[in-house]
Amino acid sequence: MLRKQPLESYSEPLVNVDEQALLGKLIVIEGPDSVGRSTQVARLRTWLEHQGHAVLDTGLARGALAGKGISRAKKGNTLGPLTMTLFYATDFADRLENEIIPALRAGFVVLTDRYIFSLMARAIARSEDRAWIERVASFALVPHAIYYLRADVKDLLTRVVLGRGAFDYWESGMDMRFGADMHDSFVKYQTRVIRALDRMAKRYNFVVLDATKTPDQIFKELQRSIGKLF
Amino acid sequence: MPLLVPNRHRGKLIVVEGIDGSGKSTQLSLLSQWLRSQRIAVAFSEWNSSPLVRETTRRAKKKSMFTPVTFSLIHATDFADRLERYILPLLKAGAVVCADRYAYTAFARDVVRGVSRRWVRNLYKFSVRPNLAFYFRVPLEVAIGRILGGRNAIKYYEAGMDLELSRNIEESFRIFQGRILEEYEAMIQEVGFHVIDATGSIEDQQQEMRRIVMEELGASLRNGVLRASQGDIDAAQAAVGIL
Repeated sequence: MLRKQPLESYSEPLVNVDEQALLGKLIVIEGPDSVGRSTQVARLRTWLEHQGHAVLDTGLARGALAGKGISRAKKGNTLGPLTMTLFYATDFADRLENEIIPALRAGFVVLTDRYIFSLMARAIARSEDRAWIERVASFALVPHAIYYLRADVKDLLTRVVLGRGAFDYWESGMDMRFGADMHDSFVKYQTRVIRALDRMAKRYNFVVLDATKTPDQIFKELQRSIGKLF
Repeated sequence: MPLLVPNRHRGKLIVVEGIDGSGKSTQLSLLSQWLRSQRIAVAFSEWNSSPLVRETTRRAKKKSMFTPVTFSLIHATDFADRLERYILPLLKAGAVVCADRYAYTAFARDVVRGVSRRWVRNLYKFSVRPNLAFYFRVPLEVAIGRILGGRNAIKYYEAGMDLELSRNIEESFRIFQGRILEEYEAMIQEVGFHVIDATGSIEDQQQEMRRIVMEELGASLRNGVLRASQGDIDAAQAAVGIL
């Protein structure tokens, strides 16, 4: 479902932000790890720029404030689940206030590779309280559109094997040791992440796209839907 | 909405709160020495001290990168790390954990910075509820006299300079701490502070603290928390010496 009304926060208005002055469009691409989000973001960016829109693209843990701190923390062996969740929330807030909102004010199309939903799904997958993390993240702006690239865990497995050819520690939720080895942990953890995202789909008005289709087919669906925003 | 998670562990959590210059750190240090002298295993935890987050906070402070929300979130991250890595395991071990500032510091300070009371209270909902929380009540002018007398460099964020209350750092500090004081006063009932009159002598305040500790936690301190034998103490000190 698409929104055309002016942007507003979910429930916790940000200090010093005039929501009426946000003229741009906020578009979110969501989905689990290695589902093909970044490919789509890159193509959408080129396409939107050809159409004459100024585009900002952004994604998790890329912020100036906390980005480096998060990668440093992930290299160590002591990062606990609550600390990680809040570190990501800090990074998100920093990017929202210092990148996304200024761009929206200037009339940009903001394309974001993941938003609060992945952050919340990872927290929920680590057994943190759903209501707690939803309220923490409630300062986020309600996007004009949220596209959820949906895949099952077996599809993600294929992509891991064919892509990097190896499991990633964090993508496997190894900090929580969901299983005896990286494969088992990956399957359990990603299943929990997907379940958490599925449960958000209705509540947050996700447009659900089947990520097992070809990248071209998905791109066309995205183009068709995003075209309606302008 | 229940405020904070009850402490179901063998250890006990004692926290002190109050504005800068209220004397809370001095009092907590005296209290922990007294507990240690009774061979109780005491651990100390300070606000804003997580090694995992420190570098990020330091850099962002230096470059004035914070907004009210990111300031609040990075401190909650720091706190979560201390809780997960330090406070919780110690409470499980049966230690008496003495914390200099706790979530209530955020309840007061972050609200003055502009986030809502409801939001910041939810943010810290994962915290363990202290067994005892002391609030050192002191009039603003007394606290400011102590601070300005001691060290002359007030820091940018400590003075709330990011709020643009005044261009004069001392004046900004005064207004900022005054508002924090109001937030503390307003939460006394809500969070169940034991109020200590921090204008009294150091000795009187300490007597009062010890009396409350015995009254509230006496039974568990005598029987329940982790206690050290003289052998443990010597061994621990020797180990620290080797390190």
